[in-house]
Amino acid sequence: MNEAPPASSGHVSPPADHADKSRTLVQRIADLRAWLFLAALVVGFEIWSRTAFGGTFIFNPFNITSIAIFAVAPLLLATGQTFVIISGGIDLSMGFIMGLAAVVAAHVINWAAPTMGEPMAVLFGTLVAVAIAMIPGFVNGLLVSRLRVPPFIGTLGMFGVARGVAFLLAGGTTVPVKNGFFAALGNGRFLGIPWIVIITALFVLVMHYILSQTRFGQHNYAIGANEQAARRAGIDIKRHLLRLYILSGICAGLAGVLYAARFTAGAAQAGEPLLLDSVAAVVIGGASLFGGSGTIFGTVAGALVIAVIQYGLVFINVEPFWQFISVGVVIIISVLIDQAQRRISGGRQSE
Amino acid sequence: MSDQPLLETRHLSKNFGPVQALSDLSMHVNAGEVVALAGDNGAGKTTLIKAISGVYRPSSGQVLLKGREVSFSSPQEARESGIETIYQDLALADNLSIGANIFLGREPMTKKFGFLPVLDRKKMADAARSTMALLDFHVNRLDAPVSNFSGGQRQAVAIGRAVYWNAQVLIMDEPTAALGVPEQRKVISLIHQLKAQGRGVIFISHNLQDIFAVSDRIVVLRRGVMAGERRISDTSHDEVVKLMVGG
Ligand SMILES: Nc1ncnc2c1ncn2[C@@H]1O[C@H](COP(=O)(O)OP(=O)(O)O)[C@@H](O)[C@H]1O
Ligand SMILES: [Mg+2]
Repeated sequence: MNEAPPASSGHVSPPADHADKSRTLVQRIADLRAWLFLAALVVGFEIWSRTAFGGTFIFNPFNITSIAIFAVAPLLLATGQTFVIISGGIDLSMGFIMGLAAVVAAHVINWAAPTMGEPMAVLFGTLVAVAIAMIPGFVNGLLVSRLRVPPFIGTLGMFGVARGVAFLLAGGTTVPVKNGFFAALGNGRFLGIPWIVIITALFVLVMHYILSQTRFGQHNYAIGANEQAARRAGIDIKRHLLRLYILSGICAGLAGVLYAARFTAGAAQAGEPLLLDSVAAVVIGGASLFGGSGTIFGTVAGALVIAVIQYGLVFINVEPFWQFISVGVVIIISVLIDQAQRRISGGRQSE
Repeated sequence: MSDQPLLETRHLSKNFGPVQALSDLSMHVNAGEVVALAGDNGAGKTTLIKAISGVYRPSSGQVLLKGREVSFSSPQEARESGIETIYQDLALADNLSIGANIFLGREPMTKKFGFLPVLDRKKMADAARSTMALLDFHVNRLDAPVSNFSGGQRQAVAIGRAVYWNAQVLIMDEPTAALGVPEQRKVISLIHQLKAQGRGVIFISHNLQDIFAVSDRIVVLRRGVMAGERRISDTSHDEVVKLMVGG
């Protein structure tokens, strides 16, 4: 309407991470903070393990594999969440979309196996479950992009809807899957590496590519930093947001399928405790909740930090409740570092 | 061709309900000319440039580009025809590099390993380097996000984007308002560059010093109507102020 406010107001986005190779040392360290956390944690547990049990923690392949399996579902949710948070939004419905997909996958695979045979039924069930997971994502996208509902509220509504539908479809219990191929997928290995870890790693690579190398990813950063600028540059924000939340649904859908494979059962509450872990992984990984910054590899580190804390505390026989406390502390420290970094990179370079 | 103005408005009016924000305004800009828009708050300066650049549809009157009538339904359309508006809040994505900002919304792609489409960051960086050099503006960190740069440098990025996409008419709403004095000088010299390149510039300013430093003509608005138009060489601060306040 009248004049726009001067440019000096408001928050300054910290840098996105892909294009800029010449950052200051402080920024580099801040960007790597999740990996540094991870290294420190591993060293800590290693020392504890050697002094308390006289054995190694991290050089034990069993531990590494367990941590990786632990990290699969939270990481899949967190990759989608990374995109959403960079755009300046949040997706609270992912946990129950994951549950919904797990239940759908279980039902469809059971139903299809007699006619299609086990492997085809698994493929078919996976596709159907991911497709179904796209529906709540699509609705989230419509709410946020067309109806201008704040993401926090819109996806909170979808949290409830997906939860209810998932429990209804599951009949209030878990849905066991009888399918040897699916069980092998969920628990088998290839060259010693669990299949679900391989699938997750490949998927995460694709997501990294989309975020760092495509227009979609570039626009996602721009929208998160300055939506008005993105609109003026001719970016179709509505279309972008719609596709963004669908992508987030796909991530949750895949997480649900892999959950069902691992436990050979679909459960509506499969992702219930994972939503917070996924947001935590993104934040620990260096993304800003204000939008505009973050990377997939940062999120990978964030998810591993959480998995190492959870598994490591069990490993050293500490009461499990310490997990919550330590993850909480790490989240708070990460946000504090983010704010310090924002203050530093907010200072303009003089000529 | 040269006797035809680059951009012209004829009897342009715009009302918001009962509020007549702009009435019967005729003005023009020639190629290689800088025209300043002055006037008190609420005089209709912003309304005028928004009516030219496709943000508002004029209630009546015409906009002509190189003699041909145009009617833009969005700023994108105006931009595609070569009219670029540079807003006060700059419209940059702070977290992206200069090159990424220049290409925002129309990023160039290339192929990696011969098949995988990826953003062409080299092309973006090269364009950023050459465009900023064209504006005689040298930044040493081309890959850094623009949040690292000063206000004047960011203004240069916004102008550089327009220049890269070959805008013929640049419209700037108070380009120096948020800047310190040395930075204001930089922007003034940028406007000189644009003029030397044969582009037309319309800029709004409250700062008479800036206006007298860089423009060829001044158009003064008062309550939505033309209060006067002067060649800079034929007028004075005092006269302009009188036109602005009336009486
Ligand atoms: N979108 C709008 N809706 C209603 N009135 C408006 C709108 N934009 C501007 N106006 C009115 O039009 C008049 C001119 O405003 P504007 O063009 O912003 O003046 P200036 O930029 O010279 O300060 C003012 O009275 C203002 O209140
Ligand atoms: Mg104005």
